[in-house]
Amino acid sequence: MRECGNYKTTYRDDMKLFGTTGAKIKAIIIILTILALPLFASSYWVGLLTLCAIASVGAIGLNILTGLTGQISIGVGAFLGVGGYTSAILTSTAGISFWVALPIAGIVTALIGGLFGIPSLRLKGLYLAIATLAAQVIILFVISRWDGLTGGTAGMVLSRPTIGQFSLSSNTGYYYLCVIILLLTVLYATNLIRSRTGRAFLAVRDRDIAAQIMGINLFKYKVMAFAISSFFVGIAGALLAHYTMIVSPELYSFHVSIEYLAMILIGGLGSIFGSILGAVFITLLPVGLSSLIDVMAGIMPDLYQLFSAFKDFVFGAVIILFLIFEPGGLAHIWLNIKKYFRLWPFSY
Amino acid sequence: MGPILEIENVSLQFGGVKALDNVSYHIEKGEIFSLIGPNGAGKTSMLNCISGLYQPTGGSIRYKGQEIINMKPYNRTTLGIARAFQNIALFAHMSVLDNLKLGRHTLMKSGALSGGLYIGKSSNEEIEHRKKVEEVIEFLELQDIRHTPVGTLPYGLQKRVEVGRALALGPELILLDEPMAGMNSTEKDLMARFILDMHEVMEITVVLIEHDLGIVMNLSDHIAVLDFGKRIGFGTPEEIQKNPDVIKAYIGEETFI
Ligand SMILES: Nc1ncnc2c1ncn2[C@@H]1O[C@H](COP(=O)(O)OP(=O)(O)OP(=O)(O)O)[C@@H](O)[C@H]1O
Ligand SMILES: [Mg+2]
Repeated sequence: MRECGNYKTTYRDDMKLFGTTGAKIKAIIIILTILALPLFASSYWVGLLTLCAIASVGAIGLNILTGLTGQISIGVGAFLGVGGYTSAILTSTAGISFWVALPIAGIVTALIGGLFGIPSLRLKGLYLAIATLAAQVIILFVISRWDGLTGGTAGMVLSRPTIGQFSLSSNTGYYYLCVIILLLTVLYATNLIRSRTGRAFLAVRDRDIAAQIMGINLFKYKVMAFAISSFFVGIAGALLAHYTMIVSPELYSFHVSIEYLAMILIGGLGSIFGSILGAVFITLLPVGLSSLIDVMAGIMPDLYQLFSAFKDFVFGAVIILFLIFEPGGLAHIWLNIKKYFRLWPFSY
Repeated sequence: MGPILEIENVSLQFGGVKALDNVSYHIEKGEIFSLIGPNGAGKTSMLNCISGLYQPTGGSIRYKGQEIINMKPYNRTTLGIARAFQNIALFAHMSVLDNLKLGRHTLMKSGALSGGLYIGKSSNEEIEHRKKVEEVIEFLELQDIRHTPVGTLPYGLQKRVEVGRALALGPELILLDEPMAGMNSTEKDLMARFILDMHEVMEITVVLIEHDLGIVMNLSDHIAVLDFGKRIGFGTPEEIQKNPDVIKAYIGEETFI
């Protein structure tokens, strides 16, 4: 049904995001499900889903840089911190409204991200990775030493935002905020990919020499990718900070950078939907493993220590298995499942 | 009409290898100009100097009277100089359409903000340029494959898309590095017709690198011959065929007429 009888008669039709009625209905169903979820889930789960949404925003940001433009960054942890601290300083210290602080957090992170993107003109691959690692170290150093501004190692306390009289301090309220921002992020990124800028990013990733001949200024687009990517990471950082209501240096360690890289690798490089799948997977994996360990420890209490150590091992093993067996990530697996059912029951 | 491109004493060195040795010639506006020579003669290196990928060790390159030798490659594209690569350099994961749209990158304006919102200006711009791209698609007879990822196309078609991407710029000067290499004679004839049409209908100045001398002699207004980085001949096809240095360089090559 979907494939036949779908003729596009104008270029505008050919370019539509939701070209078919089916696609439109699907988008509406997905959005309604996301909005209705808190009605069925416990507050604990709503909290977890909020974390998934926040991580998705950050993962989409990183994927714009790494998946689309081919520039690796292992400084995401620190950039989350820049977003979180900017919002903390603006709201808690300066008393500015969250709604003003949030976009500023994004913009400040974008500027700092763009700055640390400058070495990407000269450095590629592993060398660039090390340069972004330097960003991670420098930023965390500044955050933990600039006591007057950041509260040093003690960190800072934040509060949840309000809309007029209505407070978003409940998990459900905050969930809706994060989900709406995620939807906007998805919309932006989807459009970006099919725009002039998105094509230039892909060109920089795939063939930088040919890209130059197309008239693409490599330096400009690489720095731009760092800035756009960092904007979303900064927004995610601010959202996370107001969710946990605390910022402190150890929340933004190198470990966090690795988790975000894992999200886009497991989800699928360059895929927006994959970024979300990866973010959900990496956010929920420890939760799933913990409950599994609790069950196992209930059966064999003596082995609790062993099982706990096992958690990190499983986390690492999952990443390696994905890299080896499904380089396309969860997004690719999803596509295969869809393909299977499209032809079902004649799927041979 | 006057020269569109003037190459003067251009030299290029890689370690001990003199890829180009004091090469001079000029290309008239509106002509088909061919650059020939044995393998490793420096033809591709010459194009790389014109498009700015290589920095010559000396000399001058003037485009419409303007010195461009120190200009960045992406700025030369803005001047209307397009290039099709010898080793296909298409974006394999992208559709034919997107590859051609990338060819128009410098002519489009939308930035990261309007592009991400995709409303109004940015989407109108996409449509306006889609029309231009469709003209190239029609010209090169690529209608059936416009949505196909380029990487899945057969070699001959990829070569054609490579030329199409350069044409999409709407260039004044197009540099074609062996656009017919590896093609059978039917495909070569078709490409030759496209090149003639570019020249006659679109009034583009064509610089062609090609090993099939029959085709070169037929198509070209002027020819420059390189051998070991040196210019050993420059003139009309008739002059080139009589040039003793050229004949000597090509001894043993049956293709030479
Ligand atoms: N980037 C480079 N580094 C080192 N040497 C190079 C480089 N590019 C070209 N050369 C050398 O310059 C000389 C000319 O090469 P070029 O590719 O320009 O030849 P060509 O005439 O295009 O040959 P073909 O007909 O095989 O394409 C060769 O000796 C080649 O090895
Ligand atoms: Mg060559």
